Amino acid sequence: MTSRMYTLLPQRDWFWWRILCTVILLCSIAVKPCFANSKDEKKEGYTLLESQQGVLQKGLQSDEELMVEYEHLIRQLPLANFKEKLALIEKIEQKGGQHAYDLLTSLLSGELYYLKKDPDILVYAKKYEGDEYQVKELGEESESKLLSKLDLKKIYKKVRTNNRVRKGIKLSIARLSLKSDSESNKINALKAMVLTIDPVTASAIESMYENERSGKVKEMMSIVLAVHTLKTSQDMTAVSSSKVNQAIVLLGDRLEIPVKNTLVEYKGFLEESEIQSDQKSQLLKELNKALTAIEEKNRFYVFVEKLFFGISLGSVLLLAAVGLSITFGVMGVINMAHGEMIMIGAYSTYVVQLIMPNFIGYSLLVAIPAAFLASAIVGIIIQQTVIRHLHGRPLETLLATFGISLLLRQAVRTIFSPLNRQVDQPDWMSGTLEINPVLSLTYNRLYIVAFSILVFIVLVFVIKKTSLGLNVRAVSQNRPMAKAMGVRTEWVDAMTFGLGSGVAGVAGVALSQLTNVGPNLGQAYIIDSFMVVVFGGVGNLLGTLVASFTLGVANKFIEPITGAVLANIVVLIFIILFIQKRPKGLFPQKGRAAE
Amino acid sequence: MSQFFNALVSKGFFGKRIRNGVHMFSLILFVVVIVCSVSNLLVPEQSIFYVSTYTITLLGKYLCFALLALSVDVVWGYCGVLSLGHGAFFALGGYGMGMYLMRQVGDRGVYGNPDLPDFMVFLDWTELPWYWFGMDQFWFAIAMAIFIPGLLAFVFGWLAFRSRVTGVYLSIMTQALTYALMLAFFRNEMGFGGNNGLTDFKEILHFDLQSNETRVGLFFLSALVLIIALLLSQKIMKSRFGRVVISIRDGESRARFLGYVTDHYKVALFVYSAVLAAFAGVLYVPQVGIINPSEFSPINSIEVVVWVAVGGRGTLYGAAVGALLVNYAKTKFTAVLPDGWLFALGALFVGVTLYLPNGIVGFFEQRISFLKGDSSRELDSFEVKDKKSVSEVEV
Repeated sequence: MTSRMYTLLPQRDWFWWRILCTVILLCSIAVKPCFANSKDEKKEGYTLLESQQGVLQKGLQSDEELMVEYEHLIRQLPLANFKEKLALIEKIEQKGGQHAYDLLTSLLSGELYYLKKDPDILVYAKKYEGDEYQVKELGEESESKLLSKLDLKKIYKKVRTNNRVRKGIKLSIARLSLKSDSESNKINALKAMVLTIDPVTASAIESMYENERSGKVKEMMSIVLAVHTLKTSQDMTAVSSSKVNQAIVLLGDRLEIPVKNTLVEYKGFLEESEIQSDQKSQLLKELNKALTAIEEKNRFYVFVEKLFFGISLGSVLLLAAVGLSITFGVMGVINMAHGEMIMIGAYSTYVVQLIMPNFIGYSLLVAIPAAFLASAIVGIIIQQTVIRHLHGRPLETLLATFGISLLLRQAVRTIFSPLNRQVDQPDWMSGTLEINPVLSLTYNRLYIVAFSILVFIVLVFVIKKTSLGLNVRAVSQNRPMAKAMGVRTEWVDAMTFGLGSGVAGVAGVALSQLTNVGPNLGQAYIIDSFMVVVFGGVGNLLGTLVASFTLGVANKFIEPITGAVLANIVVLIFIILFIQKRPKGLFPQKGRAAE
Repeated sequence: MSQFFNALVSKGFFGKRIRNGVHMFSLILFVVVIVCSVSNLLVPEQSIFYVSTYTITLLGKYLCFALLALSVDVVWGYCGVLSLGHGAFFALGGYGMGMYLMRQVGDRGVYGNPDLPDFMVFLDWTELPWYWFGMDQFWFAIAMAIFIPGLLAFVFGWLAFRSRVTGVYLSIMTQALTYALMLAFFRNEMGFGGNNGLTDFKEILHFDLQSNETRVGLFFLSALVLIIALLLSQKIMKSRFGRVVISIRDGESRARFLGYVTDHYKVALFVYSAVLAAFAGVLYVPQVGIINPSEFSPINSIEVVVWVAVGGRGTLYGAAVGALLVNYAKTKFTAVLPDGWLFALGALFVGVTLYLPNGIVGFFEQRISFLKGDSSRELDSFEVKDKKSVSEVEV
């Protein structure tokens, strides 16, 4: 469909076409200001030739003058009434360029304030942390300062908008971004327009369509236009049916939600209309075809999304449970404070970011070993001071470690605060990988899935290939025999506990990127981790892997049917029933070691 | 001092031989409860011997906790089954009672609906869910409040013990059980008031819940049920059944090899224990005036375990002593140092398991038998050294 447009430009001429475009673009940049200011006396008599001769110099100059006018315009904003504001915004849009874009977006989100004493001075006030606002004066390269909400309200006043003004702002922003150079900006702007398309914008897009060189943008433009066609034909039935038909075919495999809504709406309109004709039944047939195609595609991508969420939950469970599984397997004790090891890891991330606030991007890389060490050290201290003395009494160990978990949680509440702490996300982890309008995967989850598998592989390596791993396996299979063969079981216990706790700490780093860091962070995952261990079989890495992903995926697939809470319950009941059949989990230890 | 204890233990009061702690504890409890009730009802308010209604209600609450602790001690101290989910049975019993009290409110609620409790009106429900029918009858409500936890304990115990889930596995499963129930009861759709639970009760069997007399009556009843439960539990533990249960605790495989169907014993004991916990819940709700899903939270259940550990496992009255002491400490502590309580509780967990494995009662009983030079006297509580060797053998 869109490729038809594409073929207008023969492939071999691509290169020249590009150069031509560049030249045209350069010229237009130079010319634009002189058209925009044509009423200005000083600019009269400015010819195309002149502008081409002095592109740089004159361009800059006219830019400056534009800026003056722009500044003048925005000074009027605070005191104008809503009607005047609408007109002002349109003017600002024409004059301001990138500046106007920034201004309008912050106006839209209510971040634009002005000084009560002097309405000429405008500031951006961004919410910073808690009740603090980061206030920065407009235009100048001024230092930003922090103000509390109260102070802000005392000195500044918000530039007010109403629904109509906001609509105008949105339109302006959309138009501005269509003028922008980057492809993705344009596409986003077009997507925003699908919902609110009106004849004015449609004709604007139509005029831009011919000059657009990016295929993707053109595709998006044609979609917007097709939606517009459907909408207008609904209003007046004046558009020819062949055009409508074309539009429907074009929209047939699009996943954008507004597109689907438009189709459904149009179908309703067709079914209700009195006219009976071949054309109508033909159109209905096409419509149904398009809708089922969309539906099918949708269903597939929803499935993929669920699967991804399940895997993401599973990888978090894997990180949280694998340490537990190792300590349980080797020492036969349940560490109820395991969740708090996760919490310590998350708080280490927070502390690392406090220490190096200017290198948030690298902070995670520092936090991983830091969290491992912090949790491992705490774990070894617990093992040496408490668990060692309760050897052979698993139930008492459970109680004692629960006490420790209470102590650690309360300690964190006292040291940091009972409130959640915000851990910043590095730039490279934020954002989403948008595969199509229905399916978008967030980068942080993708990274965590990869990270947990990496941690798992490292652990398997440690257990299978190192001497510590050999000792760990020996002790977990037969403690007295290992002892008799000269394995220092006390030392192995301490190291295992340190390793398990350290991995929990690393899980905390990952979790800090998904949820808020608070004293109860570990509690949220601990019962699920126990379930993973019980389900997968104790002390079995492969079992833990399979169990965590199974439980994660199962949870996410049951969730839409029953709701999040019941999904949890269903999984719990399933596990209770499962261990009826296989009391030792999915992959029980075999042979004499099993007893 | 030791002479006094000697006399107390071997001869007792009233010429009757009080041979064990359960009898002595029951007696002391009975006397204290009578004294408290009388000083609340008959002594004038300005007298120094007056016991305020607030204290009475607080003590009544402690007694319910003591009963709950006793129910945990029965399975943990005598059968080695560490349940971290007894709060579930307690709360289910409480919900049964709460439903009855809720129906008793009648049209005196905020919305004045004679049939529906306030929260249902608030949620735009038009009729009572089926499981609310009959709950306006006292006998039926109490029967359900006991039967449902018992049934749950039976099903869970039957499933768990049959497939030989033991030790920490079982503890984790019981914890998961109460956790799942908590999640479920938080849902508004369940029809139990969701987050807020059931509250704003007016009267029980047409007695005003706010009046002194009702409160003293409930307090007295709690003490009575606790004493009966103590004596009954002791009777059970001294019986053949109890001996088998203890043998299961000390060596389940051996008991099984000797031909006992250990699962049946464990299930029966678990159900008995759950019923005790449900009774505690039934008595608790009218005194506190509210029941909500947080009673199901795993930390509540695990706190009960620490009461038992502090008091002393496998002594029955030790559990009650532990519950009373720890809860008294909690009340005092949270009033003085609100943040300190969790530190204290955590330290209590660690300290008791490390240094006081037989609890306070075990500690004193050992002292007493040592003073009496009576080494033959056996304790029902865990003998830590023996237990260790047994578990080594089993591993």
